[in-house]
Amino acid sequence: MSTLEIKDLHVTVETEQGTKEILRGVTLSIASGETHAIMGPNGSGKSTLAYSIAGHPKYTVTGGTVTLDGEDVLAMSVDERARAGLFLAMQYPVEVPGVTVSNFLRTAKTAVTGEAPKLRHWVKDVKDAMGHLRMDPAFADRNVNEGFSGGEKKRHEILQMELLEPKMAILDETDSGLDVDALRIVSEGVNRAKERTGAGVLLITHYTRILRYVKPDFVHVFVDGRVAEEGGPELAERLEAEGYDRFHPVNVEA
Amino acid sequence: MSLLTPQRPSEGAHTHSGATMVPDASRAERTASFEVADFPVPHGREEEWRFTPVDRLGAFFRDEPTGACLQWEESLPEGVTLSTLSVPQWRDLGVPAPQDRAAAAAAAHSGGVALVDVPAEAELAEPVRIRLTGTEQDLVHGHLTVRVGRFARATVVIEHAGVADYSEVLTVLAGDGSHVTLVTVQEWDDASHHLGQHDVVVGRDATVRHIAVTLGGGVVRLNTNTSYTGPGGSFEGLGVYFADAGQHLEHRLFVDHEAPHCRSNVEYKGALQGETARTVWVGDVLIRASAEGTDTYELNRNLILSDGARADSVPNLEIETGEIEGAGHASATGRFDDEQLFYLQARGIPEDEARRLVVRGFFAGVVARIGVPEVQEHLMAVIERELAGGGE
Ligand SMILES: Nc1ncnc2c1ncn2[C@@H]1O[C@H](COP(=O)(O)OP(=O)(O)O)[C@@H](O)[C@H]1O
Ligand SMILES: [Mg+2]
Repeated sequence: MSTLEIKDLHVTVETEQGTKEILRGVTLSIASGETHAIMGPNGSGKSTLAYSIAGHPKYTVTGGTVTLDGEDVLAMSVDERARAGLFLAMQYPVEVPGVTVSNFLRTAKTAVTGEAPKLRHWVKDVKDAMGHLRMDPAFADRNVNEGFSGGEKKRHEILQMELLEPKMAILDETDSGLDVDALRIVSEGVNRAKERTGAGVLLITHYTRILRYVKPDFVHVFVDGRVAEEGGPELAERLEAEGYDRFHPVNVEA
Repeated sequence: MSLLTPQRPSEGAHTHSGATMVPDASRAERTASFEVADFPVPHGREEEWRFTPVDRLGAFFRDEPTGACLQWEESLPEGVTLSTLSVPQWRDLGVPAPQDRAAAAAAAHSGGVALVDVPAEAELAEPVRIRLTGTEQDLVHGHLTVRVGRFARATVVIEHAGVADYSEVLTVLAGDGSHVTLVTVQEWDDASHHLGQHDVVVGRDATVRHIAVTLGGGVVRLNTNTSYTGPGGSFEGLGVYFADAGQHLEHRLFVDHEAPHCRSNVEYKGALQGETARTVWVGDVLIRASAEGTDTYELNRNLILSDGARADSVPNLEIETGEIEGAGHASATGRFDDEQLFYLQARGIPEDEARRLVVRGFFAGVVARIGVPEVQEHLMAVIERELAGGGE
């Protein structure tokens, strides 16, 4: 049983116009087995939250805490966070030329578990996981994300979630740019991994569509760098009907 | 914080098909001569010397023999012979003339040419291996010719190590229909200087691969010139270099397409680590009016691993006929991509290992093309050692 606790998190980023505060006090707690959906308009800071938890060097934490089972996540390097059990499926996965998917997956698995996986089992695990995600076995020999379509990149992210078995997975708009078939396949991958490992999931999305396949226990509406409203799955339905307009900062102040 | 704005590699790639591009001075007009006196001592502002630290190379331009030599160790597969030619005998082979003062001096004052002969139709199971080691800084004029007979298949690996000032002329004469791979490995100590002119003469229907692996030396500058004696010839020029602080590694290629229906393909990749690391790549390709059906492509990429390192990359294509198959070039120099590093680290891979993966990945394609396993393994091991050393 694990808990990821985010308390009053403040994050800034350097822009050409100077330092800009993007997260303005985010508080969230996610336990193993729970699925939390974060929904919010473009530019509200969802990716910033995801990157800050993962430790991207572009973002500066100016206040608040992030802990995983009481351990100070913010004091850890990026790779230490991953080894502690955090996983981020990125909105825009990065191409790594010359590094094959199979080499990458094996290196990552070895790093995360602290020992090289047993070859026979590993080859089978990779093959099965790729099969479930309807990925052509030829992907194993391709370079990481290089020349992948948008959908292929997202499947590859979920493939990693299935194989690396994190305690907490943050999925940043994994649903964006997927057609219905791909969305279903990717969602099944998330559910499978969750069921097998009991991971907690923080599902960041702009749309409610994926929530039909990956059922959230909690929904947090994210506006202007903080959580504006929280509730159960019914909140997502309201958002679907009403949109984000009523959360717009101008309306809130009015 | 340099991580704020990760720079994507700047890409400059284009392809020409039948277009005509002629720069100010045609590459064909460069002086070529066996007479040292035909080349003035360079001062460093000449087009072909403008990147090179000529002030560190004075000894190379003296018009006199030195009598010094490198230590030789060779391993010759059965059938391969090593003998010595006089310079006049060498010139009688119809070899290309030197193209700068250092090469002219090396050719004139070497005192004799080491000739490696691979007989016609021989199929060598093992590479010819030549290891040249320097023990003191005296200027050495080195003069080597590799002659491969018709339809023979041969791989030749020449390694350079130790301390030396080495001025070299290397001629590769590839007979009709032969398949030749020549690998030259520069792993000199930091104090060494090496200027080389490599002439590759590709016979009719021959395939020649010239591979430069430059990992060590204070100044290394290799000029590789390719010409074709008849149609159907194919040249592949591959290069891998890794420059540390204080090193100047320069590779210049000139492919002279005069015969029709020949092919050339050049791929050089380099990494730079350390504040004063410096590399230069110049790729000149000339497609003369007679060279219809030419197919050529050249590519250079540089990966800058630390601030202050500088890579120059100058591709140059001159096309005098519209009747070609294809001609293109690409050149790009990029900083180490912090986003790649973040992605790998976010999967638990520690930073040093992630860096190794990215650099290995950068070189993977060109290294695989080398096709000589002992060279590939050694070179990747050296690069990993360099990375672990952090450029000090
Ligand atoms: N590296 C950055 N430099 C400048 N501004 C940034 C940077 N990253 C994010 N921002 C800004 O922060 C805000 C939130 O961005 P982001 O977290 O990507 O939002 P979301 O994922 O909700 O669409 C936006 O206004 C965006 O322009
Ligand atoms: Mg986003």
